[in-house]
Amino acid sequence: MNFTTPPYLTQDVSVQRVMLQVLAALLPGIAIYVWLIGPIVLVQIAIATAASLLAEAFMLSLLNKPLGLFLGDGSAIVTAWLIALAFPPLAPWWLIVVGSLFAIVVAKHLYGGLGQNPFNPAMIAFAVCIVSFPALMSQWPALDRQADFSEQLALVLGTVPRLDAMSGATPLDALKTALKLGEGNTTVATILADAHHFGYFAGKGWEWVAVAYLLGGLWLWQRRIITWHAPFAFLTGIVLFAGALWLWDPAQFANPVFHLFSGGSMLGAFFIVTDPVSGCTTPRGKLIFGLSAGALAYLIRVFGGYPDGVAFAVLLMNICVPLIDLYTQPPIFGMKSKP
Amino acid sequence: MLQLFKFKGGVKPDSNKTPSVQMPIGIAPLPPLLIVPLHQSIGGKPNPLVEAGERVLKGQLIGGADQWLSSAVHAPTSGTVLAVEERVAAHPSGLPTLSVVIEPDGRDAWIERTPLDYTALEPERVREILRDSGVVGLGGAVFPSHAKLAAAKSVPMEELIINGGECEPFMTCDDILMRERAEGIVRGSGIFRDLLKARRVLVGIEDNKPEAVAAMKAAVEKLGENFEVIAVPTRYPAGGAKQLIRVLTGKEVPASKRSPEMGVQCFNVATAYTAWRAIAHGEPVLSRIVTLTGNVEQPRNWDVLLGTPLRDFVALGKPKSDTDRYLMGGPMMGFEMPGLDAPLVKATNCIIAGSPKLFPPLAPEMPCIRCGACAEVCPHELQPFEMYWFARARNFGKTQEYNIFDCIECGCCSYVCPSHIPLVQYFRFAKSEIWSREREKNMADAAKARFELRNERDEREKAEKAERLARAAAAKAAVKKAPAESVSEVQTGDTSVAAVAAAPLDAEAVKKATIVAAMERARQQRESVQPKNTEGLTVAQRKEIAEIEARRLPLQELSALNADAQSSQRKK
Repeated sequence: MNFTTPPYLTQDVSVQRVMLQVLAALLPGIAIYVWLIGPIVLVQIAIATAASLLAEAFMLSLLNKPLGLFLGDGSAIVTAWLIALAFPPLAPWWLIVVGSLFAIVVAKHLYGGLGQNPFNPAMIAFAVCIVSFPALMSQWPALDRQADFSEQLALVLGTVPRLDAMSGATPLDALKTALKLGEGNTTVATILADAHHFGYFAGKGWEWVAVAYLLGGLWLWQRRIITWHAPFAFLTGIVLFAGALWLWDPAQFANPVFHLFSGGSMLGAFFIVTDPVSGCTTPRGKLIFGLSAGALAYLIRVFGGYPDGVAFAVLLMNICVPLIDLYTQPPIFGMKSKP
Repeated sequence: MLQLFKFKGGVKPDSNKTPSVQMPIGIAPLPPLLIVPLHQSIGGKPNPLVEAGERVLKGQLIGGADQWLSSAVHAPTSGTVLAVEERVAAHPSGLPTLSVVIEPDGRDAWIERTPLDYTALEPERVREILRDSGVVGLGGAVFPSHAKLAAAKSVPMEELIINGGECEPFMTCDDILMRERAEGIVRGSGIFRDLLKARRVLVGIEDNKPEAVAAMKAAVEKLGENFEVIAVPTRYPAGGAKQLIRVLTGKEVPASKRSPEMGVQCFNVATAYTAWRAIAHGEPVLSRIVTLTGNVEQPRNWDVLLGTPLRDFVALGKPKSDTDRYLMGGPMMGFEMPGLDAPLVKATNCIIAGSPKLFPPLAPEMPCIRCGACAEVCPHELQPFEMYWFARARNFGKTQEYNIFDCIECGCCSYVCPSHIPLVQYFRFAKSEIWSREREKNMADAAKARFELRNERDEREKAEKAERLARAAAAKAAVKKAPAESVSEVQTGDTSVAAVAAAPLDAEAVKKATIVAAMERARQQRESVQPKNTEGLTVAQRKEIAEIEARRLPLQELSALNADAQSSQRKK
């Protein structure tokens, strides 16, 4: 007998549609990024996407899972885009490929595939590459010396030697280095006055990319793809620590707004800590997860040895997810204490 | 205006209710054959009271309630009983159930009906009448109504909720009933109120049924009742009893409690209507309003006799050619009828003709991505994705930790799942596994208890046999010996044993002695806090005691004889 089960009505939703909306929400950020750096960003996205899809197809066939169904779900593309956006845009092509392969093969499929990975695959890719290739992962294009597309492409493809003059540090890194070199004699204010690197409220140009990510994230929230908890808590975590230290010593610590719109803050808040698979699921859990990840990200980027701390902060918090979820189960219907 | 409360979660599927309320309730024609299942409610299975070949009248009892939680079944029309046999049931399994097959004679001749004034009757009698009239919850749960009509002992009944929510899409049987027969509903609700001694009566109706709200308000006013008719926001499953109770009173009834314990009870509007017909007109539940809608040319509500085969019923709506299935109930919680031979029953509130276009097959199941959409819409605020995770892993203990038994299977979670996971199916599977394991465990426990009892009994019988043998042997020996033999006094402190020993040694006495001994052992077990020296004796020790007792016996008999002789001498 043909057993069918209720409900016979379902909403017109799918994993694919969720993923496509996440990709759509990234588009404004990518557009600004391209305006800032050039079309090489799109090349990197294409490389990451191709590598991820190939790795996904390979793993799926190895595991005898239906290719059409899972390749089309879009989850590998989301991972690929996040990798491309998190890596330096002029990183050699093979670095992006290594990151993508590691994310899809190890972080995703060796842990059981879609829905099973305890760690955010894109952040695993970032962490693996920054640990293994710290120099390449720290070379960001120098904005004041804009190279043309053919130059950039040659760099990415490795057909010309990498020159130091072509690249620089991220605004975050630049600030940290300048503060360190200044040995307490220089102030944040003087460093930020340097128009080469710094714009209206954060890194020059980068601040608008961050604003675009924020807009995309708000759209996702409005579409109910994500809830407000994790992003809000993540940004709050950054603001709390940044604000406290800035109030304590404004000369040595940048203001919270600078931190909110620098590095991976906005991308992390709306596209990384909101990853449902590797993040917390309960409302209170999401708040704890986001707040802790934000605080850790700030501490690592300011006091740690890496240019940004979002990846490590998120991975550290991924470990805690089962525990947090277990202890933040909301009370169920009829089991709440009366107000 | 009453302050309304909100329940969390819920979904808003397209209601699709309009097509079936364009026409008034139609009276379905007599089908050529009626198949009336005996088991149409929660609880016991009524016993068949008729045999094949017997003539029955409309309203005649054909299945008697076999216990308190059970409900009677009646002949929906007059005719001849063709068979009392297993027929396919209106159940997704398609398993057969004992049914009375009646061939209508077309006369529709009633039994004698006796209208009653319930106010002159004992409440207990009213409940009995409701049970024997087959009044059950017609919202779909078919719980015997009389069993719900008692307030909790310590909690006064604050609110009686009359449920006209009808939140399932497509379904309009309650809507049309409220529009056309509001007075009967209000009168039935009055009976319920008086039985429960409820302080307030609240009628909750989803606000997508303004005509029903108006009709109910008018009826309440006309009958001079003080019921409050309240339009509640339309959001599935607002018509669920617990959700409606929450919306109207703010009370949340957990799975572990019955609503009367919280001073509230809830009945469907159609149930109230049938209760009134049963009491005030002497008409048992023979028919009900069923919505016929979906992929049919003429969607409409029909007053249809219970037992009407699905085939005859759906013909009334002229199903379209691409109809590939019939759902009973709504599209959210209903099920696919096992075939056109299955009859309509008390639980049948709606029949939806389905087509691949209307209910497209579910997209292939994807892995859960823990997006939490299910948790957001769960009206019981559960974490469906966690329960799914553990149900899939067959870790049923964990599903219970995540309160799987609070799940009402409303289907909201499956409705929103982007991975198209049939979550409700997983939960039903987990629940039935837990139930069957519990049953197995109970059976194993019972077997263990039986085994232990048997062992104990064997041992006891062995000991008693030895005791008896020893006693008999000793008695024989004692008869031979001289009665004057001196016996040292044994401090037993146990008068009953002595009394037993003093009885004559025939078979009857031995039996009696065994019983007394068993009672004595039981008493000793109860008093085992302070062990006595007569307890825990070995077989050898007991044998010894028995021998001593046997030796004392002739002496006692002798003294009794002496006493008799003395007293008789004195009388002389």
